[in-house]
Amino acid sequence: MHNLFKIAFRNLMRYKRRTLLTASLVAIGVIFVLVFVGVSGSFKNMIIGQITGSMLGDIQIHRKGYVASIENLPLTLNMKPQAVARVEKALKEMPDVAAYSERIKFGGMFSTFAETTNVRLNGVYPEMEMNTVPLLSSRIVEGEKIIKKGEILIPELLAKGMKAKVGDTVVVIATNKDGSVNGKQLRVGGILESATGPGGRDGYVHIEDAVEILRMDEMEISEIAVRLKDFGKLHSVFAKLDAGLSQEHNKEGKPIFEVHTWEALSPFFNIAQMIDLMTLFIKIMLIAIVLVSVMNVMIMAVYERIREIGTIAAIGTLPGKILTMFVIEGFSLGILGAAVGTAVGLIVVFALNVAKITFSFARQTGLVLSPTIGLFDILITCLIVIVVAVLGSLQPALKASRMEPIEALRHV
Amino acid sequence: MELIKAENIGKDYTAGEVTIRALDKVSFEIEPASFVSFVGPSGSGKTTLLNLIGCLDKPTEGKLTVADTDITGLDRKQSASFRGDHIGFIFQDFNLIPVLTVYENIEYPLLMVQNVPAKERQKRVASVIEAVGMTNQKDKYPDQISGGQKQRVAVARALVTNPKLVLADEPTANLDHKTAYMVLELMKRMRDEFKTTFIFSTHDQKIVGEAEIIYTMEDGQLAGREVKGGSHA
Repeated sequence: MHNLFKIAFRNLMRYKRRTLLTASLVAIGVIFVLVFVGVSGSFKNMIIGQITGSMLGDIQIHRKGYVASIENLPLTLNMKPQAVARVEKALKEMPDVAAYSERIKFGGMFSTFAETTNVRLNGVYPEMEMNTVPLLSSRIVEGEKIIKKGEILIPELLAKGMKAKVGDTVVVIATNKDGSVNGKQLRVGGILESATGPGGRDGYVHIEDAVEILRMDEMEISEIAVRLKDFGKLHSVFAKLDAGLSQEHNKEGKPIFEVHTWEALSPFFNIAQMIDLMTLFIKIMLIAIVLVSVMNVMIMAVYERIREIGTIAAIGTLPGKILTMFVIEGFSLGILGAAVGTAVGLIVVFALNVAKITFSFARQTGLVLSPTIGLFDILITCLIVIVVAVLGSLQPALKASRMEPIEALRHV
Repeated sequence: MELIKAENIGKDYTAGEVTIRALDKVSFEIEPASFVSFVGPSGSGKTTLLNLIGCLDKPTEGKLTVADTDITGLDRKQSASFRGDHIGFIFQDFNLIPVLTVYENIEYPLLMVQNVPAKERQKRVASVIEAVGMTNQKDKYPDQISGGQKQRVAVARALVTNPKLVLADEPTANLDHKTAYMVLELMKRMRDEFKTTFIFSTHDQKIVGEAEIIYTMEDGQLAGREVKGGSHA
């Protein structure tokens, strides 16, 4: 095998310029793929991290039918304490769950005494919420980074529009599920930066304040957000949780709960899918580049060496070995292109990290692009290049191996 | 026991709707360690005959036995193996592999065809490379040596596998007379040393005299057989 590689290498070096041009083309393709995967992957992961880490959580559990009416924040579809206890039990039994947070979501009126507007609020246990969505505190741009009883965190846009500042006294008025209206004076404890996606412009109050405003006899929870220890296990944990909770039925025999990953709750998932699709197209382009360039070079190589093929076939080289010789040439071209492309791609990604390029997404500004390329992506890209290079050389190699030596020797 | 036995072999080529009879009922026998020449004008069938003996082509009719094997029934792979095991080739244009050195060109059939172990390979290459007087040039590439030297390398490559038979189609056509004689002398010496049968084709009358058995070909048929020292038409 070593000798086959030696002959392949020398044959490639026989036409240095052509080999370098082809390898460069393959390398450029690899660079594009790696940089695109690095940049788009980092953008995607950053936004997903923001969405799940600052508001949604990785998984959410609701009473069956709640998500379909989520825009209305229906208080009639909250979970009763017994149901919440069942969910808590299930979550505590799952070692992959890092934290969870129970929320009462409701809509109401927000008044500064001078002006009144609509507001969507989350009543939360501060510690549970911060453990479940740890990036929430980073969104508090003014005020203390905690949610205290008797205080409200209001979204930035609301604060601007209503000219509300930290320390101001405001009133929150809400209608409970029985239609009774109640209000409570709260102090503005902090101002929240807007985030992308549903809930990104919601305010926060302590859960006990929410219970008081809504005059709940017993605490009814709208949703339970769950944070996982390992985000990579999202789908397996979701499957387990969904399977476990779907066994729970009410007296009518209907399921009590519904479980969703962030993907079903945030429209950014569609953008993430678009990014994945674009990555796929870029990879298909890479395949096309490698296939066409390697095939072209190998067809030329076979055509230029017909007499040589005739000679080695005449002196007894088996067709399989002739095929291997040419496939190894294509394989070597693929290796060369993949190696150079990977090296340059890593340098470009490193340079982008050093440059600290910032970008904005929706209302989020100053996000720093920090592309990273995982070993898996590098291996997959290199594997694609090498496999396609081998496939690209297969047809010319087959042609070479099937040549009749007598005809090849006659070739001028 | 003869090394080659041809019985009424014929070969037709088809070009469009025209069939050309390249060989017509050719029969002969060649003994081991012979030094044989096929002579005749261009188109007389010399190359066709050599291609058939060399398992590079198949006769349209007749039976051709080489080294006790009926080679007319071999498939592509069997033909390649047979050539690798029993036949050496010397080409008019030398046909050395340009990316391999003199040494590597000679080593090629042992390495890539017969898979001979390294030690044995080194011994055999050293032996033939010395026999053809190319030891000092062993690290040069084909484009760094002369035509005569290239043909000496080709002779060494043909002999390194210890074949029963070496076929040379116009081996001296691209050489000057002095070099051509030297190459033929070398081939003869190799025949004496390795007991290999050499068959070469030529249309050069001056070179023909170097053969010990001369077959004359005309219009695809054997027109005469001459053994040095007497004629047997």
